[in-house]
Amino acid sequence: MEDILAQAKRVAEEAEVFAVTSEETSVQFEANRLKHIQSKQSTSIALRIVRQGKIGYSASTRLDDSQDLVNMAVETAQFGMPARFEFPSPASYPEIEVLDPDIESVSIDDMIKLGEELIAPVTSHTPDILCEAQVTKSLVSVHIINSRGGQANYRITIFSLGVEGSLIRDTDMLFVGESQSSCHPLPDSRVVAEVVLWQLELAENRASVSSGSLPVIFTPNGVASTLISPLMTAFNGKLVLQGASPIGNKLGQPVFDEKLWLWDDPTIAYRPGSRPCDDEGVPSRRTPLIEQGTIVNFLYDLQTAALARTQSTGNGSRNRGGLPTPSPSAFIVAPGSTTLDEMVRDMKEGLVIEHLMGAEQGNILGGDFSGNVLLGYKVENGKIVGRVKDTMVSGNVYQVLKQIIAIGNEPKWVGGFLSTPHLYCPSLSVASK
Amino acid sequence: MTQIEVIGRQLAEVIKSYSADYIEARLEQSRTSHITYRGRELESIGKTSAVGGNIRALVRSGWGFVSFNDFDDLPGRVELAVNQAQFAGNRASQLAQVEPVVDIVPWDIDRSPVTIPLAEKKRLLDEYNGVIWRTPKLQTSIIGYGDSHKKVIFLNSSGSYIEQERADVTLRLTAVATEGSEVQQAGFSLGSKGDFSQIQGLHHQVEQMSQRAMELISAPQVKGGEYTVVLDPVLAGVFVHEAFGHLSESDFVYENDRLRQIMTLGRKFGSTELNIVDSAAVPGLRGSYKYDDEGVPATKTYLIREGKLVGRLHSRETAAKMKEKPTGNARAVSYRYPPIVRMTNTYIEPGSASFDDIIGDIKEGVYAKNWYGGTTSMEMFTFSAGEAYMIRNGKLAEMLRPVVLTGNVFTTLNNIDAIGNDLEMNQGGGCGKGEQVPLPVANGSPHIRIRHCLVGGK
Repeated sequence: MEDILAQAKRVAEEAEVFAVTSEETSVQFEANRLKHIQSKQSTSIALRIVRQGKIGYSASTRLDDSQDLVNMAVETAQFGMPARFEFPSPASYPEIEVLDPDIESVSIDDMIKLGEELIAPVTSHTPDILCEAQVTKSLVSVHIINSRGGQANYRITIFSLGVEGSLIRDTDMLFVGESQSSCHPLPDSRVVAEVVLWQLELAENRASVSSGSLPVIFTPNGVASTLISPLMTAFNGKLVLQGASPIGNKLGQPVFDEKLWLWDDPTIAYRPGSRPCDDEGVPSRRTPLIEQGTIVNFLYDLQTAALARTQSTGNGSRNRGGLPTPSPSAFIVAPGSTTLDEMVRDMKEGLVIEHLMGAEQGNILGGDFSGNVLLGYKVENGKIVGRVKDTMVSGNVYQVLKQIIAIGNEPKWVGGFLSTPHLYCPSLSVASK
Repeated sequence: MTQIEVIGRQLAEVIKSYSADYIEARLEQSRTSHITYRGRELESIGKTSAVGGNIRALVRSGWGFVSFNDFDDLPGRVELAVNQAQFAGNRASQLAQVEPVVDIVPWDIDRSPVTIPLAEKKRLLDEYNGVIWRTPKLQTSIIGYGDSHKKVIFLNSSGSYIEQERADVTLRLTAVATEGSEVQQAGFSLGSKGDFSQIQGLHHQVEQMSQRAMELISAPQVKGGEYTVVLDPVLAGVFVHEAFGHLSESDFVYENDRLRQIMTLGRKFGSTELNIVDSAAVPGLRGSYKYDDEGVPATKTYLIREGKLVGRLHSRETAAKMKEKPTGNARAVSYRYPPIVRMTNTYIEPGSASFDDIIGDIKEGVYAKNWYGGTTSMEMFTFSAGEAYMIRNGKLAEMLRPVVLTGNVFTTLNNIDAIGNDLEMNQGGGCGKGEQVPLPVANGSPHIRIRHCLVGGK
């Protein structure tokens, strides 16, 4: 890496080398049976330079051909965006625990056993269900050095397990599923299997809803599939800078219900979204985004922050191995005090949404969403009475979150990037066959 | 000889000394470039180069898979894959027989897109961005261009050795208009199998797209409910991909007795006018190839013929387990993943109706055009239109905000009651399945009319 940096410095004013190596092992079950065992090793190295004031970028999987990497970066820099930022100087990073060496000692046998324990309770509850399950462990090392002497190094372990079941009765299909992840080995599959059993119980009966306007409870999975993509987009400092975020000019203004608090937090110990610094070597910090319904911050990387005349929030992320761009590390929605039972009891007719399929396909920028209820239940006179199907739910995130009836008291991690409780909203448009 | 050719020859020897029901290796060497614009400025430009490979082994129906881009200790990698397969195996392996193939497939594009100078690519994108920015009241624009060229070597324990090269070009443009806190966007996307000239000369379409973003600000949202819906060829292509294509991927079906009963060959899905095809053997499209990632030759597969289910897409394993012929549909997005059953170029064959015939007797309906996205759960699917209009008394009427349509595959295909005579293939976007995204595919259809389609809205 030092060699690449040295070579780049000969042709550019500034340079930064970003390297990631990873080792991943997974066991996968298909149709209730063990089917695949995989291991993946990968190395990638990215070079960002500032040459004649402009940004050049290249990436490679080859550590042995630094000249090619430098040449590609120089070629692209002719056309690159003018650099408005400086690479970070040596900094001290917060101590954030994301490495658990115990992961290494988890054997393939242990992982197979976890997978079997995920599937067994589900198939014994519903014998004709077919499950796919996956147990994965990985170790990722990140190394960043730049021409201003900045240097960051960390290693993170990630362990995850998940199960998805499909139940087919004639042409009626039911899909259930749950997953969990941590930087620690997960020794117990029970929590995950129990969620699936709960879904199966509630979906046992069918129910139909009337078209029109209905109150909706979004479960944590429901919040993830419906409401989060538009918010992640709206708080992106780059879209704010271009005037494409609907909340970009609303800093300091109340936009959402005053019960709503949201922040980005890469500093929570042993969470897969945590890290001591972002992908540009800027120290991690917790960034409040919504306080009491009011917009308080947006997320920035170095270049966007410089253009917007503000500071990076440590959210520079190289999502697909490209140049850094602002991106959340982990969105946290603050829990409230209402139980799911209390929410359900409060409803005369309404829906509980676990998964809204296709919700992210609409005009995400504007906050509009519309999707088919892939997994959701009808509430009638304070009770969940069965699963709904052939039903579309539509709305706009800014209208839906302007008035929240209640926020749940049990937050849950979804997909490693979001922690949220249940959200109970007064009215969404429902179209049903 | 390039690096992967040398490694390929070594591996062909190494795998001989390991014992498994089947072993294969895939090696890849690729170059890519990308350019993105946000607003008036070029935002990001970059080039990449990658080399990597994988070993896949089958023992007693269990698969071991090892991917790497560090080429030290190749025997160790093979041994790991074989050991993993032994661990996972629990009953007799089944793999459809295919003749071993030794073939160096000649490169079929005159000019690889990655060798075109960045200045030439940038000039074209500058022109398009200029067109977008001539539209008044636009807030911002996003342009994403990407190209790739890769060489793939495939070899297996039956003696196959295949070298193929693949190139891909994609372009997506989005115009964003705002008024107060209203934000609306219009976009379009297209691609080609490596031919840069296919994304040139689109200035007129880019201008129309930008106009549309502005008009959407004042367009009404459709009232949610059931409508007679007419789909243009682009959206009907996405519809056939989501609504039916994924269900015909046999890896969902082969271990699932209930689904096998539902998907019995001969089952009626639509009218006798409905024919659905998947074919990687059609030349020159993004989903075209000579051999799939298991070294099986590409075929043209009828999925639906005259309304009845007549075929499905297979890997060697799913074909053997279902006692059908392999179709050459096992594909992987890169060396980091094992091949799984995927679509290639999927389309509805043309019928006889003109556009006027199709909309002529619709009193109130929705004309949905252009592609935003689509997804499926097998039974249910949703897909969204970037552009939509009301149809009133047989004529196109006011423009609508983008609409999301949903349906049930077992009823919606039966509700197609008119098929146009104007087949077009759409090469934008890419297909995702599990972690493997985006895979180059093409979709196509003529205009089609669907009765009783559920549309989300107010």
